[in-house]
Amino acid sequence: MANANVATPNNPTSGNRFANSSVTIEAAAPAARISFRATPKGAKDFGKTLGIDLPTKPGLSASNSSLSALWIGPDEWLIIDTKNSINSLMPRRENANFCATDVSHRNVAFIISGDGAENTLCASCPRDLSPAAFPVGTASRTIFGKAEVVLLRIGKTSFRLECWRSFSPYVWDLLIDGAQDAHI
Amino acid sequence: MNPSGQQQFRLPGRGSRIGAKSVRFTFDNKPYEALEGDTLASALLANGVHLMGRSFKYHRPRGVLAAGVEEPNALMQISRDNARTTPNVRASVQEVYDGLQAQSQNRFPTLNFDIGGVNNLLSPFFAAGFYYKTFKWPAAAWDKIYEPFIRRAAGLGQAPTEDDPDRYSNRFAHCDVLIIGGGAAGLMAAKLAAKKKQTIIICDENPHFGGWLLSDTDIRIDGKAGPDWAADTITELAAMNNVRLLNRTTGIGYFQQNMVVLNQRITEHQSKPESGDARERMWQVRAGKVIIAQGAIERHMVFPDNDRPGIMQASAAQSFLNKFGVAVGSQVAVYTACDTAYAAAFDLAEEGIDIPIIVEHRTDIADDLLAQASELGIRVITGAVVEGTGGKLRINSVTFAKQNGNDRETIEVDALITSAGWTPSLHLYSQSRGKPQWDEDTQRFLPGESPQECVSIGACNGTDDLSDIFAEAAKCTGSRAPRHAIEDDVSTMSGFIGATGTSADKGKAFVDFQNDVTAKDIALAVREGMHSIEHVKRYTTNGMATDQGKLSNMHGLAIASKLLKKPIPAVGLTTFRAPYTPTTFGSFVGHSRGRLFDPIRQTPIHDWAVENGAEFEPVSQWRRAWYFPRSGEDMHQAVDRECQTVRSVAGVFDASTLGKIEVVGPDAAAFMNIIYTNGWDKLKPGRAKYGIMCREDGFIYDDGVVGKLSNNRFHVTTTTGGAPRVLNHMEDFLQTEFPDMRVWLTSTSEQWATIAVQGPKARQIIEPLITGVTISNEKFPHMSVVECNVCGVPARLFRISFTGELGFEINVPADYGRAVWEAVWERAEPLGACVYGTEAMHVMRAEKGYIIVGQDTDGTVTPYDAGLSWAIAKAKPDFVGKRGLQRPDLMAQGRRQLVGLATKDPSKVLEEGAQIVADPTCPVPMKMIGFVTSSYWSGTLGKSVALALIEDGTNLIGKSLYAPMADEVIEVEVTGTVFYDTKGERLHG
Amino acid sequence: MLVIHCPYCQAERPELEFANAGEAHIVRPNNMSDMTDAEFEKMFFVRENPKGVNLERWRHIHGCGRFFNAIRHTVSDKFLKVYKAGAPRPSDAEIAELMK
Repeated sequence: MANANVATPNNPTSGNRFANSSVTIEAAAPAARISFRATPKGAKDFGKTLGIDLPTKPGLSASNSSLSALWIGPDEWLIIDTKNSINSLMPRRENANFCATDVSHRNVAFIISGDGAENTLCASCPRDLSPAAFPVGTASRTIFGKAEVVLLRIGKTSFRLECWRSFSPYVWDLLIDGAQDAHI
Repeated sequence: MNPSGQQQFRLPGRGSRIGAKSVRFTFDNKPYEALEGDTLASALLANGVHLMGRSFKYHRPRGVLAAGVEEPNALMQISRDNARTTPNVRASVQEVYDGLQAQSQNRFPTLNFDIGGVNNLLSPFFAAGFYYKTFKWPAAAWDKIYEPFIRRAAGLGQAPTEDDPDRYSNRFAHCDVLIIGGGAAGLMAAKLAAKKKQTIIICDENPHFGGWLLSDTDIRIDGKAGPDWAADTITELAAMNNVRLLNRTTGIGYFQQNMVVLNQRITEHQSKPESGDARERMWQVRAGKVIIAQGAIERHMVFPDNDRPGIMQASAAQSFLNKFGVAVGSQVAVYTACDTAYAAAFDLAEEGIDIPIIVEHRTDIADDLLAQASELGIRVITGAVVEGTGGKLRINSVTFAKQNGNDRETIEVDALITSAGWTPSLHLYSQSRGKPQWDEDTQRFLPGESPQECVSIGACNGTDDLSDIFAEAAKCTGSRAPRHAIEDDVSTMSGFIGATGTSADKGKAFVDFQNDVTAKDIALAVREGMHSIEHVKRYTTNGMATDQGKLSNMHGLAIASKLLKKPIPAVGLTTFRAPYTPTTFGSFVGHSRGRLFDPIRQTPIHDWAVENGAEFEPVSQWRRAWYFPRSGEDMHQAVDRECQTVRSVAGVFDASTLGKIEVVGPDAAAFMNIIYTNGWDKLKPGRAKYGIMCREDGFIYDDGVVGKLSNNRFHVTTTTGGAPRVLNHMEDFLQTEFPDMRVWLTSTSEQWATIAVQGPKARQIIEPLITGVTISNEKFPHMSVVECNVCGVPARLFRISFTGELGFEINVPADYGRAVWEAVWERAEPLGACVYGTEAMHVMRAEKGYIIVGQDTDGTVTPYDAGLSWAIAKAKPDFVGKRGLQRPDLMAQGRRQLVGLATKDPSKVLEEGAQIVADPTCPVPMKMIGFVTSSYWSGTLGKSVALALIEDGTNLIGKSLYAPMADEVIEVEVTGTVFYDTKGERLHG
Repeated sequence: MLVIHCPYCQAERPELEFANAGEAHIVRPNNMSDMTDAEFEKMFFVRENPKGVNLERWRHIHGCGRFFNAIRHTVSDKFLKVYKAGAPRPSDAEIAELMK
């Protein structure tokens, strides 16, 4: 597949994996990501293009096979596609009602799963991440230690955590340190 | 006495908290035996050791006074090794483990013979206020005598000399109900709340839940002894998945909106902690409701010589007996003003320990207590005071008399237990910003209204009776009152506050043991004009030790109140502060240490720089390649080589840390016009511009090159450190001042890896890697931007320069950064180019007079001051800073302006920050007219170059000024800011 | 650590997600250049900093990113009200009512 003329990508998290008896933490595969900003009309229009309704309620996410749209702010969504290329996601032309910015390489992600996933995150995240307060599908930008992250609960005991790439060694180490106490 | 001579005060069959297994520990290097479950205090007492420390000021011999966290005397240094050594550990709290090493503190050479004890004889000179009065004169004595003396005397114990190797952790937790204190009140509240399916956290500072139930053998709940009822309740709670039980966990701080911080000690009691286990864990709990069940603390009696080893709280003696099976003496006198001491006396007497006398301060005693005493053959003298005690390293006699001085008598004892009643623990209630209320009837402060969703129950609420306590637990959890058959011998826990006896008494009557504050010290403070309790406290240091006055505050207050002839609430109560008990720094630090202290950010090219021998420097959170020394080169040689190679051939530089913001939308240009001082209307897509942004006050806030990608899209760059605040500044204006503008801002700092290629051969290096565009000087002139492909990946290519040479900056998606960098380097190296770091970058930009915001500006420099007036579009109707720049002071003549400085001796390199004067011969203090902001050796020019902010600088060009240094005065000539290629021709190569 | 209700997220969030952004309802006039020095000084430099009811700006910087306004009592730290940026300043009567 590799094209001799095309540079080879290099992701700082690739291969990261940690597991103990209560939690598994893994680097997520590279994904296409768009930071999407829009007026209500722009959001509706682009949702149609993507085939997904961008959530309008705070904290919600919508997903459709490999594609997820996370509500971040009243005019902001993080769109993640774990399969398709960024080119297939980006709008063909500029639009006065929205702004799509490719942030595929800005972010990296970790998947935290297992009975101790919530405790691992709660070592450094001040949010109430209990299933009652943060049910499956909840998405939120928040703080994890001294790094800003986006959290998405993808299952009863699993989360996707997105952070900026240069924060990933810090976030990774902090996750591992939190995982030591995940069984408590 | 048992045959081994060990644990001779252990009573077989007593002690609900100890096991059968024996453990060994050392105290002052002497080996002792203890039983599993012992505290260090109970273990030493079991071995007949009462002398456990020396007091802080007078170095008086001291024994353990309490069985809990309020202990002021028995403070020890507990060590596992040089890194794991903790001073001031309370022996009454530290659990003994096999191999524990304890050392006494504040003594030299030994605890038994302490030279510092001379302070006790000199005590007339060390009265309250001694420091304030003594260390005033002569001034010259400060650094020679006073300060060394104070430093030597200050503090107890030794800090570790090595880094703490242990791990500490943190947990944010949320619950419906947090219960602080696991005594009868807390356990009952937990039991009732748990039934309501609420999520519950209950914590207790002790190893075992149960509180006072574990110390009092007379309590029966539904026929069960206290410890059994507590154990059954814990078993019940532990089985419920909505309840979290945290023992060895102290509620140390109560903050806004029911945020309570708990400190959990995990390995402190373990002989060999599991590696990987945190030593302590901080819980930051946000609770829907907080139930405080902290209990109460027994006060000691204040009378002359009340501090000899062997004198302790009655409740402590009762706890040592009933929890640990330890007798605190064989002839134990009692001095009390509270009923609860009788229970302690009776428990001891029932074990066959001689109780020669109960000296009762009150005159009116319940008949049943007197009857029971008489039954046990204990003599009680009422309306009496203890006038003094005898003994050196241990009490050996007690002298008491009627309050009128009659019937004086001295008897031999080896222990004296006292009780002045109980002080409800209001610490957390007060920290929650509640206002304690004075209860005149029981002479104690009680919780008033709760400003937060919080309720106090049990002894900390002044509730003494167990049935009433259970009723409170029911009420606060919204439950029906439980029915329990309760037997309890305690009716009231109130007593007496203040000093007993008369002012004619000899000997020191200690109020605060840890800080050696006596009743007379408090009287002295009042006499010397301290009329508020806050002043009395600071003048005497009463309540200012690590125990924070848990025992002393009420006594001190009562003594002051009596002398001031003011009611106690009018004298006031000192403020309770977090933490409730001493807490290790490690616990506060938690995960944030070493690599986790602060994020260390690295670029996608970082590893290549490491592999190629770069030295790094921190720039905000980033680590940037500083310079790339070749073998044998020092920093200056490397930087010289890098600069000259760039100027003569080319260099490759990692600029990925630059902040990048995508400004997009139909109103993007209009928004840029507001944020930057420059005008953006005329900039065409495909062109770039250097922009300056100011704050509203007209001072430079940040700068950077901006590329216009299309009519609606700008690629903005910021300084490395400025990226987050610039985005915040932009969002602020966009959201709150210009919300109708249709513009969106997105940080793309980390989307792009940025590779700068600078120098005469820059184009030759990158040209073959680029597809889709022509980058000739004509087609792609200086200050251009284009979207193209580099090494087959989509890129944004800028033609810009921060060196003054022909230059390009390649932006590629970050994952491709390293591969593209390597491809560029593969082209650059054979042509004789170099990689360069931030130091060479700094030198080259200084040679060109390009400013660095934050180095050549400091938040008081306008674009005019910096020589950037060309970047201000004065015709624009509005931009941030426009009005600020019109302020008279900013338009005044003679402001500091950025100029160049050429040293008269070209080999002299000025120090950055050096002050500049016009006349070096004028007397000190000289008038300083400015300072050096940037200064480097320029290998290219063969001389030093410097930038400086100088008053009226532009008018001084050509004049001589001076930099007075410690050992010389350096003469400089004021010049323009551009030292190299003043016409700027090289940019257009 | 405070808990702050974000009017955009319509939920309470921990203080660590927020940044305080100074006094609220300071009007930046359109015709700034016409301001006298005294007017500019008052607008840019002079702040109330009251002990008691404070009208202040916050940004949910690590959350939804929005600036909003809040009325907070600086002694008790209690938030009396939060409202979106651009909403009018509550009247003194309304603030007095909230204080009850």
